[in-house]
Amino acid sequence: MFAYVLRRMIYAIPVLIGVNIITFLLFFMVNTPDDMARAQLGDKYVTQQAIERWKVDHGYNKPLFYNQTDEGMKKATDTLFFQKSLKLFSFDFGRSDSGRDIGHDIKQRMWASLAIAVPIMLIGILINITFAMLMVFFRSTYLDISGVVFCVILMSVSSLFYIIGGQYLIGKLLRLVPISGYAGGLDAIKFIILPVVVGVISGIGAGSRWYRSIFLEEMGKQYVITARAKGLSEITVLFKHVLKNASIPIITGVVVIIPSLFMGSLLLESFFGVPGLGSYVIDAIRQQDFAIVRAMVFLGTVLYIIGLILTDLAYTWVDPRVRLN
Amino acid sequence: MPFKLVILWTDGLMYLLVVSLVFFLIWSLRRLHIRRAWRQVMCNGFGVISLGIILLYLSVGLMDSIHFRLLLDTQNGTKHYSVQMESLLDLALSPLGEDEEKTYSAPFALTLYSQETQIKPDGVHSRIYPKLKFSGQDLLKENKTKGQDIVSRIIDSFLWAFFLWSMGLIVATYIKARLNATSWIVAFKCIAKGYSKVPWRLTLVVFGLLLFIIMAALNLAQEYHILGTNKVGQDVFYLSLKSIRTGLIIGTLTTLIMLPFALFLGTMAGYFRGIVDDVIQYLYTTLSSIPGVLLIAAAILSLQIFISNHPHYFATMTERADIRLLALCIILGITSWTGLCRVLRGETLKLREIEYVQAATALGVGRFKIIRQHLLPNIMHLVVIAVVLDFSMLVLAEAVLTYVGVGVDPTTMSWGNMINSARLELAREPVVWWPLMAAFGFMFTLVLAANLFSDAVRDAFDPRIKG
Repeated sequence: MFAYVLRRMIYAIPVLIGVNIITFLLFFMVNTPDDMARAQLGDKYVTQQAIERWKVDHGYNKPLFYNQTDEGMKKATDTLFFQKSLKLFSFDFGRSDSGRDIGHDIKQRMWASLAIAVPIMLIGILINITFAMLMVFFRSTYLDISGVVFCVILMSVSSLFYIIGGQYLIGKLLRLVPISGYAGGLDAIKFIILPVVVGVISGIGAGSRWYRSIFLEEMGKQYVITARAKGLSEITVLFKHVLKNASIPIITGVVVIIPSLFMGSLLLESFFGVPGLGSYVIDAIRQQDFAIVRAMVFLGTVLYIIGLILTDLAYTWVDPRVRLN
Repeated sequence: MPFKLVILWTDGLMYLLVVSLVFFLIWSLRRLHIRRAWRQVMCNGFGVISLGIILLYLSVGLMDSIHFRLLLDTQNGTKHYSVQMESLLDLALSPLGEDEEKTYSAPFALTLYSQETQIKPDGVHSRIYPKLKFSGQDLLKENKTKGQDIVSRIIDSFLWAFFLWSMGLIVATYIKARLNATSWIVAFKCIAKGYSKVPWRLTLVVFGLLLFIIMAALNLAQEYHILGTNKVGQDVFYLSLKSIRTGLIIGTLTTLIMLPFALFLGTMAGYFRGIVDDVIQYLYTTLSSIPGVLLIAAAILSLQIFISNHPHYFATMTERADIRLLALCIILGITSWTGLCRVLRGETLKLREIEYVQAATALGVGRFKIIRQHLLPNIMHLVVIAVVLDFSMLVLAEAVLTYVGVGVDPTTMSWGNMINSARLELAREPVVWWPLMAAFGFMFTLVLAANLFSDAVRDAFDPRIKG
């Protein structure tokens, strides 16, 4: 087990290096630091002097891969690639282009993201499974068909409309909760409710359909016929046998996204003014703060890979037939 | 010539796409099992209706993809063309694009949405709702009220729609009679009673409804802003129609760009295995582990800076917006080929062990011929399913990306941009709801049709579901 995890982590290194090279190419080769400085300082009418000063201030005044003016190891380490890209491996994110410590910002904003993402995931799974179970229980009746059509309709609505609609209906017309904003501690609850409700509703369509197809696949298996032949009621078959067996794909499907919950939801956070990592990314994109985008790309990739490893571990946990090797 | 054709990059690719679609249809109709699958799609009520709606959108989008600049005048041999680029759609909707009001006005309104202070000739100041420049012009001339005019226009368009619909009915009866080799009366009875595998009756009813709606909308749009006007006074109906092209381009061009990668690399990895497989697997694992939005954002940010630093590459604003749209498609394509590639690799791995491929290998058929003749036709169903599934996802993604600020250019007419501006409009008092609802309606119809169509396609093409 431990050896397997270790091997998977070693396999992840080339992938992370690849990601690093891609982002480096995008941010330093396609656009030189000069271009970045110009974008930050305000496009045109910027003197070369100002650009140079900006580069020195933010540490962009180094060669890309190889520094000829330095001695020994510094020839390789005192370069943009080492300083800006390879340092990410030690989770040293450096400073953003506006001068803030990115690592500190991430640690601080992470909790707000989790406060929204975790309830959405848990409540969403509960509601989706219930809904899917109902559809499977009434399968191939009009109730099931209209349920599926309803899911397709829900899926066809852009997530932006759910957010805008929710804000308008619950926040503005009914005035039940504040439209946007955030507060620490227990006060957070009244700010969290609306994004969570919107997040859950916007996930019902796709989620329920997915669970329904998983349940239906299980229903076609032989043990279901055996269970029915024993004289078990349909409800027992569904909840005791099918649900248990279907939990393998469900759990593995859920585990893979758990690490990504830290990244938060881009849209929800930015619409509802929650100071999480999602809105952090959006703000960075809008202010063209490349250092933050670069750090978040790296962090997102790491979390995704952790998710994949956890999925494999979850397989062995829920399905004893699976052996890791 | 009184005009000069202008072919934008996305226009050219759109034509290429249509041509390749036609080729694919001809290719697939020649193969029995694929033809059977298509027939099954056509026998599905949802399939037919959604296909019809998609085709309707597609024709609007294609009309909007033929751009030209009108000839203004000719002075001693040199021709001067208008700076403004127009499309066939602009021409068809003629007065809609040009007649701009001052600011917001509600659907079917005759006055602006906000009050203005006006000074009357006798020097008295008064707060009134100013009359619109464009809406209800003919009402005064013909001395009718708004209600009378709307009703008479709806009746007019109903008659026209009914006339065209009867033509359609006659054609359908003719086709049905020829196909079944029966008399017209029998064929008509079949259709009317719904005794046919292809749901003719349903199709005709929906076709009639659509005709009526289109006719009524076009007729009423001649006189009113049927979906109101936006902040700068543009007609929202016109904007929504123009946005169709953007949505379609994102949904289809991305696929066109992503497909060669996925097909080529997926079959290569599955068929050759070994080091080729390792390299390709590494490539798609790396790309797919970057969060999609962030990769797109990173790429678009780089592009934005590139454009602003090299303004001399782009002659007009339209060209600049067009390049950005194309770049968005390319980036979306690069981020989305990995999923299909993985599926195709798995399928090829399975197929290459099957007897007929082994037999071909034993008989000495070349490797690339095996891929082309034996493997490609047998993974086509996966490609069709993936393409149709991706389409609706991409149309929705456009709006989200535009909101994040890494979507289409702010000057491009798109549903994403309409929704984006709607946020502030909803916060106004009184609320301006029509641009949001228009974008919602148009987008929802297309995505719903695409989703239903993809279900029909999957039911027909996926061999696992058939069993």
